[in-house]
Amino acid sequence: MRQPRKLAKWLVVLVALHAIVAAAGFFAPYDPVEQDRQRPYLPPMRIHLMDAHGHLHLRPFFYPLKLREGSFDQYEENTATSVPLLFFRSGASYRLLGFVPARLHLFGATGARIYFLGSDAYGRDQLSRILYGGQVSLLAGLLGAGVTLLLGALVGMAAGYYGGWRDELLMRIAELFLALPWLYLLFALRAFLPLGVGPFDSFLLVVVVIGIVGWARPARLVRGVVLSVKERDFVRAARGFGASDFYLLRRHILPETASVLLTQAAILVPQFVLAEMTLSFLGLGVPEPLSSWGNLLATLQQYNVLVSCWWMYLPALAIVPFFLGYLRLASALQQRTVTYKIDEKNDWNPS
Amino acid sequence: MRKQRSFPRRCGITMSLLLACVSTIALPALGSPHPQQTNAKEELLSLPGEIGRSGGRLVISLRAEPKTLNPLTAADAPSREVIGAMQADLVHINRATQLTEPALAKSWKISPDGLQYTLTLRQGLRFSDGHPLDADDVLFTFRVYLDESVHATQRDLLIVGGKPITVRKLDAQTLVFQFAKPYGVEERLFDGLAILPRHLLEKPYQEGKLGQLWTTATPPSEWAGLGPFRLKEYVAGQKLVLERNPYYWKTDTKGNRLPYLDELVFLFVPSADVQVLRFQSGETDIISRLGAENFSVLGRQQRGYSMSDAGPGLEYNFLFFNLNDLGEKSSADFALKQKWFRDVRFRQAISAAVDREAIVRLVYQGRGAALWSPVTLGNRRWVNSSIPHSPRSLDRARALLKEAGFSWSTASNGESSLLDSKGKPVEFSILTSSSNADRTKMATLLQDDLKQLGIHVQVIPLEFRSLIDRVTQTKEYDSCLLGLASFDADPNSDLNVWLSSGGTHLWNPSQAHPSTAWEAEIDRLMEQQLSTPGYDQRKKLYDRVLEILAENQPMIFLASPDILVGAKNSVANLHPAVLEPYVLWNVEQLYFRNSAEIAGR
Repeated sequence: MRQPRKLAKWLVVLVALHAIVAAAGFFAPYDPVEQDRQRPYLPPMRIHLMDAHGHLHLRPFFYPLKLREGSFDQYEENTATSVPLLFFRSGASYRLLGFVPARLHLFGATGARIYFLGSDAYGRDQLSRILYGGQVSLLAGLLGAGVTLLLGALVGMAAGYYGGWRDELLMRIAELFLALPWLYLLFALRAFLPLGVGPFDSFLLVVVVIGIVGWARPARLVRGVVLSVKERDFVRAARGFGASDFYLLRRHILPETASVLLTQAAILVPQFVLAEMTLSFLGLGVPEPLSSWGNLLATLQQYNVLVSCWWMYLPALAIVPFFLGYLRLASALQQRTVTYKIDEKNDWNPS
Repeated sequence: MRKQRSFPRRCGITMSLLLACVSTIALPALGSPHPQQTNAKEELLSLPGEIGRSGGRLVISLRAEPKTLNPLTAADAPSREVIGAMQADLVHINRATQLTEPALAKSWKISPDGLQYTLTLRQGLRFSDGHPLDADDVLFTFRVYLDESVHATQRDLLIVGGKPITVRKLDAQTLVFQFAKPYGVEERLFDGLAILPRHLLEKPYQEGKLGQLWTTATPPSEWAGLGPFRLKEYVAGQKLVLERNPYYWKTDTKGNRLPYLDELVFLFVPSADVQVLRFQSGETDIISRLGAENFSVLGRQQRGYSMSDAGPGLEYNFLFFNLNDLGEKSSADFALKQKWFRDVRFRQAISAAVDREAIVRLVYQGRGAALWSPVTLGNRRWVNSSIPHSPRSLDRARALLKEAGFSWSTASNGESSLLDSKGKPVEFSILTSSSNADRTKMATLLQDDLKQLGIHVQVIPLEFRSLIDRVTQTKEYDSCLLGLASFDADPNSDLNVWLSSGGTHLWNPSQAHPSTAWEAEIDRLMEQQLSTPGYDQRKKLYDRVLEILAENQPMIFLASPDILVGAKNSVANLHPAVLEPYVLWNVEQLYFRNSAEIAGR
């Protein structure tokens, strides 16, 4: 039984990654919107164990950076003072998982700020912004996938089970949705909305938009499964015993679509995280000063950032482990489904 | 590129000698005097400055394709920039000194009552096609400018005291301009008014076709001007090539006829970032209108070019609130907001809370200046140094707000928020242009500044056209962050901004009657300075306008960027100015050094 173990492995990886983002307040050293106007575009700081005199220290430390005389974007290390890295220290207040007030941070420093992954144009800590931005992007992806799958499953089951003109109508609508140029419609939609859309509203909007755009594909997949399942003997038998449509769908047909839905979920979540990033990159996502992976990357639209601040690319790197996890999970799920199907067949037709 | 460029540099002298020989043979046949050398009958203008060498081709990028080459219809900046190199005016403003200088008119006299200007033209001047210039061309030009059916963009400038100015010819070189009222700007009026060739344009003018003439598709033979360069080739979507005007009326102190360059090429490069790349790769020789960040990127990897900072330009950036009287259109919610905005103490408090130094440092990387008035330090003649440069003070802001009846409440999470006298939390949005990264950045800084006063601000980047539509037409906005750049240092260039009837009186445009006493006072002072002759008197009146603006803060002035340019080391005589066109204002004097001269520098 190789597959379940593989599945479990990727599940654990994903849960761990999500936990880090969910507890961003603890892992991020600072408030993501706090500006340090003396340190814009500060490159990532180096963590040392060996000081300028060649002495080894047990506790990791860093040298604070300051602007070079007469320059506005060149920094130099001040090796005169070393600032030790402190672990599990109290700092900026935050709400763990959105409601538990807390002040404890994994690491921090006193006397100088530590910029592990550098700072942005306003001197905001890039690490904190990536972690908090992940909350927005991942939640948008997860919720968007939830909405999509719910809609897709409902439409797909209705179309597949009832068939006839309902099937025709629903599937033509699905094709229409697949064919529309969504990005441009979104720009138009945004123009009609009131100007001052708050952060929460614009987040909801992103989720709803992603969810509505994406339902067509899972709906077609679910319809296919339902079409084949509803002709199976056990479904016919149940119907023969007088089961209602609702009972049949819930008890016999929905469980059969579960594997397709799960696989779809694992594929859709990263896809929708990417969709959120695209929207935010184009300025249609959550507004400043909140961060999301998309609007963090949006600063790369400026040539000077592109050529001189390599650490502004890091949000793009952050999505790699997540995507890898989700896609491996999807393939493990798919393999499991196939194996399971074959086993099933073998049970029925022993040859 | 390299081959093309190094050839004229090495053979500069030989080339010009060759040209001189060719023209001696070719031009007498056309019945024209020898244009390369000066002629006794020609009254040429001798320009002081470094003596250059002839030849070469200067390439510069233009951020958009010019819409037309017709000075009558040119309203967009690229067209005006291009036309500036091809046309000439009677009196010209020197972009470096910001003072007027004789141009086509060698002298002028203003009558004691300030109503009559007598201008004397230079003798023996010729258009770029060799046709002589005389007073009739000037008469024709002003007739065209003032003709309502032509819809010339210059017409409004020539209506003084409600009446168009009249022009009369005394003799072939002398003209008299008659004004209905004294005009404070005096001879600066003539700057930028291109003198048109009557021999080419009179027929189309009588046929009523002048507006459609001199488009970008016009062949060079149907085009003539008095500027340093003349039309050679226009490649739609790509470039405009100008060639040296052999009849140009300026010389250097040694008597060499200007311009030095053989060709001036404008490449159409719409994106600022692509302009930087083109300059970096050596395709263009000069880059202007640079953002501070791109300036420092170029500065860090200087290879064969050098960057220079000409100091603060005339652009001023500001925040303003919606002070329009919306009447019934206004919602109850918005009426409440306007009550805050109309309170001068609220506006003063916002101004006190703004960290202007941070804007200069973070947005302009130090290449700019904090502003408390619309007149920047770059405008040396009109800046009012008595306007206080109050540093950021949250205490002062809090005191002002408290005095205006605002109070603070503290939420459970420790965040304080500002409440108005009715207990409503103070929140508003700032519109900015999404295409202008600098202003969006300023708005984000303001957002954080005002958060410290407990004001919740939302930044809304909007496409520029819809932003202007909201500000001037529908008036559906709370506040807006914009920038304006005057085209001239004179206060009259911003008349439309300060007069309450003006269309660019942004916080409350096109009012029938001034809605506040201080706006009425500004109207009165601006009208008065318009007809007051003499700089000292006008300066006093305008200083008062600036003081009223500083007291009432209808616009909260933030910062102005420096004029930043870059040029190849081989380009000589480049003196970037803070007036437009920043680098090409002395294009006739620009020349290319040879490699030995560059090495010696």
